[in-house]
Order: sequence, then C-alpha cells, then structure tokens
Amino acid sequence: MAINWFPLWLSLRVAALATLISLALGLWIAQLLANRKFPGKEVLDAVVTLPLVLPPTVLGYYLLVSLGRSSPIGRFYEWVFGTSLVFTWQAAVVASTLHAIPLLVKSARAAFETVDRSYEKAARNLGASDWRVFWRVTLPLSRRAVIAASVLAFARALGDFGATLMIAGDIPGKTQTAAIAIYDAVEGGDTLVARVLVLVLSAVAMAIVYGANRLQQRQVTG
Amino acid sequence: MIQARISKRFPPGPESAGFSLEIQLQAGPGVTALFGPSGAGKTLTLDAIAGFTRPDTGRILLDDQILFDAAARVNLRPQERHCGYVFQNYALFPHMTLRENLLFAADRQPRLERHRRVNEMLERFHLSDVSGRRPHEVSGGQKQRCSIARALIGSPKLLLLDEPVRGLDAPLRAELYDLLRNIRADFKIPILLVTHDLEECFELAEEMLIVREGRVVQSGPPRKIQEQPANVEVARLMGISNLFEAEITALDPGRNTSRVRFQNYEIAGRYFPGHLLGDRVWLCVRAEDLRVARHNGSRPELNQVPAKLLRISDRPQSVRLEFAGDISVELSRQEYERQKENKDWLVEFPPSALKVL
Repeated sequence: MAINWFPLWLSLRVAALATLISLALGLWIAQLLANRKFPGKEVLDAVVTLPLVLPPTVLGYYLLVSLGRSSPIGRFYEWVFGTSLVFTWQAAVVASTLHAIPLLVKSARAAFETVDRSYEKAARNLGASDWRVFWRVTLPLSRRAVIAASVLAFARALGDFGATLMIAGDIPGKTQTAAIAIYDAVEGGDTLVARVLVLVLSAVAMAIVYGANRLQQRQVTG
Repeated sequence: MIQARISKRFPPGPESAGFSLEIQLQAGPGVTALFGPSGAGKTLTLDAIAGFTRPDTGRILLDDQILFDAAARVNLRPQERHCGYVFQNYALFPHMTLRENLLFAADRQPRLERHRRVNEMLERFHLSDVSGRRPHEVSGGQKQRCSIARALIGSPKLLLLDEPVRGLDAPLRAELYDLLRNIRADFKIPILLVTHDLEECFELAEEMLIVREGRVVQSGPPRKIQEQPANVEVARLMGISNLFEAEITALDPGRNTSRVRFQNYEIAGRYFPGHLLGDRVWLCVRAEDLRVARHNGSRPELNQVPAKLLRISDRPQSVRLEFAGDISVELSRQEYERQKENKDWLVEFPPSALKVL
C-alpha cells in the first residue's frame, strides 16, 4: 500500500514557515525585553511565555475566538484575502508560530543579555545606530544561541497537535499535519501508516535535538 | 576643549552605599589624567561625557558644541558626540577581524575614503600584518593599539582612555606611552586619561585631576601637586608615605625657621607661612627625601632622630627601609650598600624637605 506523505510535507512546510515568522517576531520582542525599559515589560515576557505552559487546547480556543469569522481580526483577514483564516493550513502556521515563539524569545533574550555590554557601548560610541548595533554586534555575538533556539522552535512547531487541530481542523490533503494524521491512523486502525509516520517524525525530531545540542555545546566551549 | 560641570546622585540601595558625583573639569589639547582610587567616579565621568550615563544636572561642552545641558534639556546620543573612547577591556568586536573593527568605525566616512583611511591607520599603528586576525588571535599590545586606532579613525574631537595600561607589562607600557605621546602631538585634541597609576600620570599628563569620592579634590601639573598636596588624602594618593600628626612648637619668620613636634621627636624646619604657633598639622615628607646615618651612641646632630629598623624591602631602583613610628626611607642602592652594616640607625629629616598641611 502507498503511504500518503502529504501530512509530513505539510508539517515540514508549516513548521518552517512558523519558525521564520517566530524568528522575526521573537528576535524583535527579545531585543525589546533585553535592551529597553518600559512599563509592562515583565507582563509582556509573561504573555509571550504563556503558550509554553498553557494546554494546547486552551491556546487553540483563544485562537479560534480571536481569529474566527466573527472576530475583528478574522473579518479583516477575510476582507483582505477573500477567504476565512480558520480551517486552512495558514491557520496551522499561526498555531505553530504561537507555540514556537516562547522558546525563541526566552533563549534570545538570555543570549542578548549575556552579550558583554561594552561591545554595544563601543558600537554606539563609534556612531552606529541602534539597528546597526543589533545586526552587526548583538545578533552575531549571540548567533549560536539563536540558531539553537530556532532549531528547537522548529521541532516544537513540527509537533504541535492540539492548537492546530482546534483552529485548522483535520481536513485530509488540506490541513492534516503529520501529528494529526498519526492520531487519525491510530483511531482508524491503520497501524502501518501510524508506525511509519511515528518513526519518521521521531527520527526528524531526534536529528534536530541532537543538532541543537551540538550547537549549544560548541557555544559553551567557544 | 572639553568643559564639564556635572552632578549625579545614586541613592543608597539595600546592598550599596549611596554615591554622589560632582565633577567640574576643563581640559584643552594634551593629556589630562583623572587620577584616584577605584570607585572614585572616574569611569563614571568618562561615561557621562561619552553619553552612556545621564547626569542629573550640569552641562558638558565640547569645543563649541553642547553635548549635555540639563537646564536646556539637551542630551546628545552617544552616536552624535564624536568622542573616541578606549574601553578598559578594549571592547574590540570579537567576531570581526582587526580590519573589520576599523571598517565598522569608519562607516561614517565616504565610501572611497574608508578603505584608504583604514589602511592608513593599520599602517600607522603597526597592525597591517595582523589585520586579518580576530582580536583573540593577536597580542595584548596589538589589541591595545587596535582599540586606540578604532577610537581615532573617525577623527573624534576628544579621546577618552579608561585605564589603558591595566594588565600590560613594562615594555608594553613604555610602548603605549610613546604611542600616546605621538597621538598627543599629531591629533591636537584633548585626551582624558583615567588611571590609578601614578607613574602614568607623571609620564603622560600635563595636568592631573585628583578624584576622590566623586569630587575633584585638586588639579594641576603632577609635579606641582606632589610638591604641594592640598590635604593629607591627596598626599597619600601621590605616594607620599611619611605623614605624621604634628604640632608647630616654634615659628620664626625673621630667621626663616620653625620647630615641629611629632611622636616623641622635635625637629627643625623652614618657616611655614600661613600657620600659627600651636597648630595641629600633618607633617609630610617624601621617603626619597629622608637620609639615614649610623647611630654610634654619641649625641645625634640636628634633625637626626634615633629609630628602630623594622623591615627592609627591595624596589626595582631602590631599597626601602621601614622604621618604627611609620617612618619610611627610600635609599638608592649604593647608599644602602654603604650603610647596610649599621646596627643602630638615625633618620635625618632635612629642613627643606619638611612640609606641613
């Protein structure tokens, strides 16, 4: 019998996109948290961390309420793209992004904060704008931690189940990601498909975590 | 010309005592040293000038540009201040080669000019051969030179140096002194040098400011300050080791003489203008100005006092003898060789060497 690889490709695509988006958003939030003083700073940190500790279904519910067809964001999305966001693979990207962001923000903030301040001082003294200081000094000096964190974020996005199921649903060939396909296969008694997908997903996750660890060890030893 | 009059208050915290900085300084082209113990506020002053810390009140003027004015709410960003800053740990970007470090700093120069200028600086600071290496792959002296080159490449109007000799051995220090003398001659900008090394002040500085607990307690050429310290703390900082609580027991302006009593001794000095009979003063004598003689039991001559030798320590150029009563004498090696068989000692206080504070 032929195994349907679509869920795996979808998962990889969703996870890759989610990682990119959470990198952009996460690095921005992380440098705000690391460099700026503003009211509600620790509240922002807590809110960003929340997806790490909440049950995925709670997250999914929030998403459904805030992005659904009757919500302002949902209506705006529909007005721009002509189609609803919920129950599409793009919604799965949103769910995975939300899941991946805390990892990135936490690691990147810690990494930015451990960069010796005198380098940033020196850069500003030499006339560099804040933007240039970030891109040329802070980020390169914390790049290993950021790469390791993005790898973990990718792995986490790959494995999202609950939130994705609630907001993107389980539409085979459209929004059915690998994690959901495994659940379906087990439910439907399709043990072979379940086994293959489980093994492949495990192997991918294993490779990713191993790679991330290697990176971080290299960072410790310099 | 840099002029600053700033104050900044740090309220006491749960684990730190409060601190207040109240600095007034003015420096023209040439080297001005900010000298004082650690924690006196020297680096804080540099940071305020460079724009990394915001004073509560005051004004900072560089040439005719206002960098900071609390009353007028002017506070230029560090990027706009044109102050070259050589940090204590050099702060060379570790992920860039020396050339890239300079290029980063030359960013404001026109594109064509940039590479020419970087090459010129690499050449001038003898870094051309190692320009492709990262900071951790070069020697301490090369790092030092690169950080100075980086600070100067944008043609700053002021150079700030934070303890540049820290961690350098003697030959590298000498090299750095030469380098800074050349920079002083070529760039003709004010150079503010933070240090707690007295030798460095004498080597380089035309003017020095003694900073203690956030205040400038005395300023002037190093030699002048050493000759006439404003108070006993300054005298201590200037390395004057013989400081005794004393009382003036006689003063004769006509014959230009005086007598001073300290511990159990009474010795003769020159007339001390501005002091009164019976004044409690600090008697202050440099260890190099004292002399020693053998005590053979006969009556000591004028200003010779018997003292018990406690400790002998070798110095690079001299020998230091420490006597009971906190009297220290620094002798040249030859003089020590001549006297070292002495059993009992006399310490002689030449009248001209005595100062009172």
